[in-house]
Formats: sequence, structure tokens, C-alpha cells
Amino acid sequence: MSVLVYTENWEGKFKKLSYELVSYASGIAKMLDSSVTALSIGDVDDAELKSLGSYGASKILSLKNEHLRMLDSQAYTVVIGDIAKKLDARVIVLSNNNTGKALAPRLSVKLGAGIGSGVSKLPSSTDPFTVYKRVYSGNAFANVVIKSDIKIITLAQNSFEIVGTVNSAEIEHIGYDLEAGLIKTEVRDIHKQTGQLLLTDAEIVVSGGRGMKSPDNWGPLVELAGLLGGATACSRPVSDEGWRPHEEHTGQTGKIIAPNLYIAVGISGATQHIAGVSSSKCIVAINTDKDAPIFETARYGIVGDAMKVLPGLIEAVKSATTD
Amino acid sequence: MKILVCISNVPDTTTRIKFVENKLDTTGIQWVINPWDELSLTRALELKDNNPGQVEAVTVAHVGPASAEPTIRKALAIGADSAIRINAEPHDAYFVAAQLAEVIKSEQFDIIMCGIESSDFNGSTVGSMIAEFLQYPSVSAVSNISIENGDVIITREIDGGKEILSLPLPFVAIVQKGIAKEPGIAAMRGIMMARSKPIKVVEPTDVEPLTDVVSYEMPPEKEACRFIDADKPGELIDILQNEEKII
Ligand SMILES: Cc1cc2nc3c(=O)[nH]c(=O)nc-3n(C[C@H](O)[C@H](O)[C@H](O)COP(=O)(O)OP(=O)(O)OC[C@H]3O[C@@H](n4cnc5c(N)ncnc54)[C@H](O)[C@@H]3O)c2cc1C
Ligand SMILES: Nc1ncnc2c1ncn2[C@@H]1O[C@H](COP(=O)(O)O)[C@@H](O)[C@H]1O
Repeated sequence: MSVLVYTENWEGKFKKLSYELVSYASGIAKMLDSSVTALSIGDVDDAELKSLGSYGASKILSLKNEHLRMLDSQAYTVVIGDIAKKLDARVIVLSNNNTGKALAPRLSVKLGAGIGSGVSKLPSSTDPFTVYKRVYSGNAFANVVIKSDIKIITLAQNSFEIVGTVNSAEIEHIGYDLEAGLIKTEVRDIHKQTGQLLLTDAEIVVSGGRGMKSPDNWGPLVELAGLLGGATACSRPVSDEGWRPHEEHTGQTGKIIAPNLYIAVGISGATQHIAGVSSSKCIVAINTDKDAPIFETARYGIVGDAMKVLPGLIEAVKSATTD
Repeated sequence: MKILVCISNVPDTTTRIKFVENKLDTTGIQWVINPWDELSLTRALELKDNNPGQVEAVTVAHVGPASAEPTIRKALAIGADSAIRINAEPHDAYFVAAQLAEVIKSEQFDIIMCGIESSDFNGSTVGSMIAEFLQYPSVSAVSNISIENGDVIITREIDGGKEILSLPLPFVAIVQKGIAKEPGIAAMRGIMMARSKPIKVVEPTDVEPLTDVVSYEMPPEKEACRFIDADKPGELIDILQNEEKII
């Protein structure tokens, strides 16, 4: 019996979210008096694999298979499902990112395992197994009991503190014979930018709305994001107008993010926008209208013109970092 | 080719969510097609219009009680050819997906479209579950579907980019941003025509849900916003650095 955590890699490396997952899995393992097995699929070297041990994994399974280079949901489900069965995994933890969303539901059906998705806390009880998840796009939370023997959890990003432990994990290299013809998806082309900070990974996000007035006014916003080591985002009308790229659109119909700091500049704070950013740890709003709804969600606010406040903030960051 | 769009019936996104006795207080709620499903439907109809002879029909399916029929009619008014309603309360994602899979098995669709998440349960699960029930391939985070020389081509969003994929029919596409620009609108003609379009009502099969919602909670109370003088941006930076310790 064990807790299985699927730790995805990005070009052979793990990310903060991988360690959040392992920390979370080890929290559950403690509650169940069990241990954590991490599964990695892809080319990850042993030093990197070992790092998972520092967050509580006691065993790390590493599977390298050239047919699994690309995410094929059906094939991955067969592989992870079989490994879960072999380990007699009671709880399976994945991220609530695109990969987790593609795999967890398939695993749920394959294993007859109920799913708690977008979970942001450790279970409040393991019998009945009760998880806490976001519903109504962040306007409420639900306590959900998973009734099946096996439980699947997808963990909301940036919702669980990484907990380091001293643990020397054992790495086991495993093989898997994939049934021929299982992979039906064919990749025709890939367009990818590398080396860029992804919005979903950024811990600081500076975001602009229609109050930025024109696509030509984005200079200071981008500069502030750069100075803070963060990424830029925008509201939907801004990307619809083509002022900013679509990848930056946050909200219910865009990206859902949970950075440590979200600075909303010239954004009114419509519920559909808030739905994508409400899990941020700290929200700062800059708006000319002191009654803008964004101030109901924000922890800190500045009532003022973005074009005046942004340069002031830039100067303040510069002087704070040179101190 | 036959396309099925799975639609969820959700409170309008501006609804103030409240609960009475651990159930959603439905008084005054305006029910709408889940935004993603409306966009899926829009794209499915574009595919039909742009590929005459290749896409024969677009059907919508919903698991829910009769009270959801206005939402289904709206989908028909936007342009769906027919609708199926599985007459059951949508207990959990597993239950809903099992019902939809059953219908798909008997009606044989080639492309099944689901949204990346419903705005009520935020599960992000039903689409991929249907695929596993049927042992169909599924692609998640789909931002475009097109038909080129008879092949169905899919764009999948990945971290920092996109992949162009092809796959054999039938399959399940779980769609997200990009799939259609603006939701299709129901014109007068569509509303008139929708009245005579069929909604087939199917009784559910026996499936035991795997999860129960036992209670709801409101989000933790927010502290009131702390305002900082626009002329003192340094104060904000100081707080973020030394009190919040996030920069
Ligand atoms: C189904 C549906 C889904 C949606 N999904 C999303 C979504 O995912 N994401 C999203 O963002 N929106 C979404 N929307 C749109 C949403 O309802 C709002 O229309 C949108 O968020 C408003 O964007 P905004 O705040 O940039 O613009 P506005 O609402 O126009 O607000 C501009 C703000 O800027 C302030 N301002 C003006 N001048 C200045 C200045 N000089 N300096 C500082 N502040 C200034 C104004 O006071 C105002 O508060 C959705 C809508 C629907 C119906
Ligand atoms: N009751 C339902 N009837 C039909 N389709 C549904 C239902 N609930 C969810 N779906 C589909 O599954 C998608 C994802 O929903 P969810 O898994 O609840 O986030 C939705 O966008 C719909 O396409």
C-alpha cells in the first residue's frame, strides 16, 4: 500500500510544482501511515530524480520509453494505471495542470477511483476521505468525500507549502512494454518558445486591463514585471483587442493562475477576471476608480492613474533593490 | 462525420453564489450554457458550415433534469441539429461521464467535444472520463479543431507553445481558449426553428457515483483593502518586501 505521485518533468527538470506534489503526497502518506512512491516518465537524470527524496518520496520509479516522449493520454493512463495497481496505491496525486487534467480522469475510470480535482489542502479526514476543492469558479469551496477504495487527487498549483525532509530515496529504473498500436495521436508539428518564464509558473504577475488605455502604454508595466522577476498578464478585452498576446489572458475563460503576488493595473475586477486570479496569495490593485470592484478582492490598493503610479513603483523597486 | 457537444447547465457567471442548507440557493439564478461548451458548439457549427458534406450533424447532450431544457433549447437556437437529455441529476463527474458514454455508444459520434471545465463544479474531468469509458483517444487543452483534406487536425496548447496533432476518429476533444472567438448567437430564425427540433430524453443507466459533496463553504473572509497613497509608491514596495516578504 502506498501513495503514488506522478511527477512530470520539463526537459529533464522538475519544477516547484513537482516538489509541492511530493510534499502534499507525503502529508497524505503520514495521515495514512504509508509511504510515497514518485513516478517519473521521461529522460531525467538520477541527480534530479534524487531531489524528489528531499520532499518525502521514499521510492522513485523512473521510466524511460521513447514512445512516451509525447503525452498520449490513453497510453499514459495504461502505464500509470498498471504501476498503481502493482504498487497497490491507495491514493494517486497529480497536478491540476494540463497534464493532470488529461490523465487523472482517465485513471479514475480505469481504476474505479473517485477524483478530487483542484484540491488545495490536505484531506480533513481520511475516513471518510474528505477533500476541499474550489467550486463556482472560486466563489465557494466544497468538502467532497471520495467513496472508492482508491482516491485520485489533482492538487491546485501554489496551494501547498513545500516541506523539505531528510530522506534518502531509492531510485528504481523500470521498463514497460507498450502494446503496439496503443498510441494513436500523431504529432505533425510543434511550435514552442523556450527559456521564457511561463505565466503559470510565475510567482509574481503584473497584469493590465483596459485602464491601460492603449497597446502603446505597456512599456512601464513590462518593465515593472521584469524588475520583479515576474511575468505579464492581461484581462480578456485587452487580448481580444490584440493589445497583448492571447497567452496572457487570465480569468475564467483564460488562464487560471495562483502567483504569490498579482498586481492588477487598470482592471475593474469583473467576477470572470477574478475567477482566474482569486487563488493568488496577495493581490495589489491600481485603479483610478476608488469604487472599482477589484478593491474588494485586493489586499493593497492605490487609487491613481496607471501611467503615473507605474513609473513611481519602478523607481521604488529600483531603489529598494539597490539598498 | 457526426459531432457531439456535451453541455453543462450552469449559473450565469455573474451570479452571487449562496447556499441554503448546504445546497445552492437557486432563487433568481439565470442558467446558461457553460461558457466553454458554448464555444465548443460554436466551433462545431463552424466545422459543419465550412465542410459541407463532411460534417453531417451537430448534436448536444446534457445530463440533467427537465428544468435544464431552456438551456438545451438555447443550444438548438444557436444551431445544433438535435439534442439528447439524460434524465438524471448530475451526481458527480463519474456518473455524468458514464451516462454520456452510454449514449455515445448507442448513437456513434465521431468527434465528442467537452469543455475544459464547468464553471460550477470546476472538475475538469468529464471529457477525459468519457474517453476512458469508451477507450477512445482524448486530447486535452485543445485550442483548435479543423478539417484538412479529410483529416481532422487538432491544436493542443502545451507549456510555452502548441502542438499540431492528427488522430483517428472517434475521439474526445477537451477544449479551451481559442476554440472559437465569440459564442454563436441565437438569431430570431434560430429561436423559431429550435422549437421544432427534437430533444430526445433518455433514462439513465445504473451507475454508482464515486464522490459526494458533503458541504459547501464560502471563501475565507477577505480583510479590507489597505490603501496606499498614490504619491508614496515606496510604501507599497516596502510592505511587499518587508511585511509580506514576497518580492
Ligand atoms: C462568459 C464570460 C467570460 C469572461 N471571461 C473573462 C476572462 O476570462 N477574463 C477577463 O478578464 N474577463 C472576462 N470576461 C469579461 C469581463 O466580464 C470584463 O468585461 C473584463 O474583465 C473587463 O476587463 P477590464 O477590467 O480590463 O476592463 P474594464 O472593465 O473596462 O475596466 C477598466 C478599469 O480601468 C480603470 N481605469 C481607467 N483608466 C485608468 C487609468 N488611467 N489608470 C488606472 N486605472 C484606470 C477603470 O476605473 C476600470 O476599473 C468574461 C465575460 C463573460 C461574459
Ligand atoms: N451534466 C452534464 N451534461 C453534459 N455534459 C457535461 C455535464 N457536466 C459536465 N459536462 C461536460 O464536461 C465538461 C467539463 O465539466 P467538469 O468536468 O464538470 O469540469 C463541460 O464543459 C461539459 O462539456
